[in-house]
Amino acid sequence: MPAILLDTIFNPWDEIQSYQSEKLQAGHYGATTSFVGTMRDFNLDESISHMTLEHYPAMTQHFLDALCETSKKTFELDDCLIIHRFGDIYPDEPIVLTVAWSAHRAQAFDACRFLMEELKKKAPFWKKEVTAKGERWVHNDLRSNEK
Amino acid sequence: MSINVQFFASLRELLGKQQDTVSYSDGLDVNAVWQQTCNDTVMPDNTLCAINMEYVKPDAKVSDGDEVAFFPPVTGG
Repeated sequence: MPAILLDTIFNPWDEIQSYQSEKLQAGHYGATTSFVGTMRDFNLDESISHMTLEHYPAMTQHFLDALCETSKKTFELDDCLIIHRFGDIYPDEPIVLTVAWSAHRAQAFDACRFLMEELKKKAPFWKKEVTAKGERWVHNDLRSNEK
Repeated sequence: MSINVQFFASLRELLGKQQDTVSYSDGLDVNAVWQQTCNDTVMPDNTLCAINMEYVKPDAKVSDGDEVAFFPPVTGG
């Protein structure tokens, strides 16, 4: 039930398979849901060359660990996993992975959405995008109709 | 007797510092910590505050040795 912070590129599908085979009890879970957030090369009608994702390391780890714990209890999960990048990220690279394993699909779907929405609302990360015009912090009020 | 203060992202750039230390005194709250370290700079309305990695409101009391953090709304994921 870890939350992992990485400053290097990762393969979400390999991570799911690896974690599942190493940590999950075979035959005990019946549903696996995952979400992968990937870096786009555009935002607000501008091309983005890359971005830097700043975070508050100790609080981010603390928050994401607690989020995993809460989600596991709330949705009666077999397990869950969060991986989140920080540092320099380029288009087409994965930014975040959330995974939920449960006996039945409803809990897995709900938990995966919950993990991601809570992370978006509260995990202390900040995106700074680099465009042809220079750098800019991404603010909530600058976001397009994303969800 | 001191408080470790941290600033992140656009607030760090606005203030020109990532970290500071302020003296602890009885009754100190998060607002007072900001005023001690940021002088005449008004705290932006959307600033988020944390004590020891937990979100708090600006009127939350701090204890000696606490880490207080100020940062803008988050944009991860």
